[in-house]
Amino acid sequence: MVDFALSCPVPTTASTIQMAHGSGGTAMHKLLESVFMPAFANPFLAVQHDSAALSISGTRLAFTTDSFVVHPLFFPGGDIGSLAVNGTVNDLAMCGARPLYLSAAFILEEGLPFETLQRVVDSMQAAAAAAGVYIVTGDTKVVDKGKGDGLYINTAGLGIIEHQLTIAPQTVCSGDVIILSGDVGRHGMAVMAVREGLEFESPITSDCAPLTAPIQKLLHEQIDIHCLRDLTRGGLASGLVEIATTAKLHLHVHEQAIPISEDVRGACEILGLDPLYVANEGCFIAFIAAQDAERALRVLGGQACRIGEVTSVHQCGLVTLQSAIGAARIMEMLSGEQLPRIC
Amino acid sequence: MKYIDEYRDAKAVQRFSRAIKRITTRDWTLMEICGGQTHAIVKYGIDELLPQGITLLHGPGCPVCVTPVELIDKGVDIAGMPHVIFTSFGDMLRVPGTRGDLLTAKSRGGDVRIVYSPMDALKLAQANPDKQVVFFAVGFETTAPANAMAVYQAKRQHVENFSILVSHVLVPPAIEAILGAPDTRVQGFLAAGHVCAVVGYEEYFPLAAKYHVPFVVTGFEPLDIMQGVYMLIKQMETGRAEVENQYVRCVRREGNLPAQKIVQDVFQIVPRKWRGIGEIPYSGLGLRDDYALFDAEKRFGVADYTADESPDCMSGAVLQGKLTPHQCAAFGTLCTPEHPLGATMVSSEGACAAYYRYRRQEIQHG
Repeated sequence: MVDFALSCPVPTTASTIQMAHGSGGTAMHKLLESVFMPAFANPFLAVQHDSAALSISGTRLAFTTDSFVVHPLFFPGGDIGSLAVNGTVNDLAMCGARPLYLSAAFILEEGLPFETLQRVVDSMQAAAAAAGVYIVTGDTKVVDKGKGDGLYINTAGLGIIEHQLTIAPQTVCSGDVIILSGDVGRHGMAVMAVREGLEFESPITSDCAPLTAPIQKLLHEQIDIHCLRDLTRGGLASGLVEIATTAKLHLHVHEQAIPISEDVRGACEILGLDPLYVANEGCFIAFIAAQDAERALRVLGGQACRIGEVTSVHQCGLVTLQSAIGAARIMEMLSGEQLPRIC
Repeated sequence: MKYIDEYRDAKAVQRFSRAIKRITTRDWTLMEICGGQTHAIVKYGIDELLPQGITLLHGPGCPVCVTPVELIDKGVDIAGMPHVIFTSFGDMLRVPGTRGDLLTAKSRGGDVRIVYSPMDALKLAQANPDKQVVFFAVGFETTAPANAMAVYQAKRQHVENFSILVSHVLVPPAIEAILGAPDTRVQGFLAAGHVCAVVGYEEYFPLAAKYHVPFVVTGFEPLDIMQGVYMLIKQMETGRAEVENQYVRCVRREGNLPAQKIVQDVFQIVPRKWRGIGEIPYSGLGLRDDYALFDAEKRFGVADYTADESPDCMSGAVLQGKLTPHQCAAFGTLCTPEHPLGATMVSSEGACAAYYRYRRQEIQHG
């Protein structure tokens, strides 16, 4: 008779950091909840938004930071430099802030060609100019060959909040309309195609872009914005689940309404990936008071569309998806990275 | 997307839903064999469109789920050896063995890489002559031809630093094991379309006759599955037990003959242990003696591993259609996608993972 109490549980709980802890899924959220949130606990962090909203001498500021470890360094539609600027700019924009100043810290691997670094830095300056921000401070460190993937970048950003709205998951309420700014899945598939050497008839281009202009337009038109979220790691699905969980509300989303380009759909279909979980770097969801939804769609223009609404059907953090054939199902956050299927 | 969207057309699916309701006069229990079908059923909510008395059981057709635990241990140990590049399809990486999974092996410093084809692993071996490149050759009849081709080419091109860790399994012996079990509930099968695209469906005729159970070779899109269910119920309602083919756009009765030939050249039929079920005779493929040089088990001395399953994991009963995932006490508590006890909670094709992702809250909130 085996003594089950003494037997080793299968599998063991990971006692070391795994790749899943950086994937934007539940493993990463558990890491935040178990290590960082309790250690750094404070009311600003507790809001769990893309940026912290801070008030200093009556001025409201948004403050955020992000690190960039993308491989390859260059991909169709962008590179690690433009990503490092736009990623932080977009985190500020998601608070409804006007991004102003960025810091840039570089961790360079011994042996990195100067030419590569110059290309990245030029790209950062071009992205900063396009987003209307200055890179005002920085840092450089070099690590031994083999201890870095060529080049890592950290950026922090400061923006000013010039409106009276509280744009945060906690402001979302029943009846809000969920608007998606554009088609999803392009950044993740563009990077994966280059990284894995997958060849498609026409290369998929990353959507990497600053989101300041559309958000500022919404604010200028006095649209009643309740929450914004850019759909980076974990994609649209993770963004929706995060907000539903924090707001403790039920979101209902229509799969048919979500724009996905044909080439992204095709690539995901071949690899057995779900485009709703693939990363983006230039699109966002907006939770808008119902009476302003139509106006918001007109202001955003382009591919912006209504994909769902906040309901009072369930009194809990839950996302349901109306599938393509009309049946409803739960939308969950992934535990770790999406893995391509066998067959 | 052309040739995909047509098979996800809501109106056509609803038409089949109404037709199925029209012809169904009593309760029926069906089994879809393939994990790809399980995933589609749960993802699209296809079972919601069927009459209440129709029960879909999820069969043992997820290659990740049925790979035995000791084989994962072998993979993990080989991946940890010096000068080894261990390659695998993506969804094998998170399947737990007794000493962690392949991702853990990677975090401990093992060179573990995802490939999309065994031929990519072979290329990796040619590009890295100072390394041993191992490919984790799992799967059903569907993945066997490409794996056979990689070994065949390795031999022809003398790529001696290439080997495969084989755990191929075959569908018909598993179906016979389910049908032969005394407490079987399955009254009809949706046979796996892509397996049949390779091997054809001749083998199902004797099974249909022996057990008086109908088979419908079925595809993977919502409309395919609805039509497959419709054809199966029509047979059962009229007392027939025949083999029919819904997936005519992909499957021929004799299958893909060149693919079968390469499989026969490289592999031979062997007994194989199925995770959660046990050993089934004549149910797997192993390398023929001519290709023994490319057998990773022999090359790395891991052939005689044995290991036991977690006693809390009911995946064997789930794989045989005796339990639905949420009837397992560990489901969603001890066993989650972050900490899976069994492989059915890992793969996107696994019944437990599919239920967890799409059904968990329904279960919790009634």
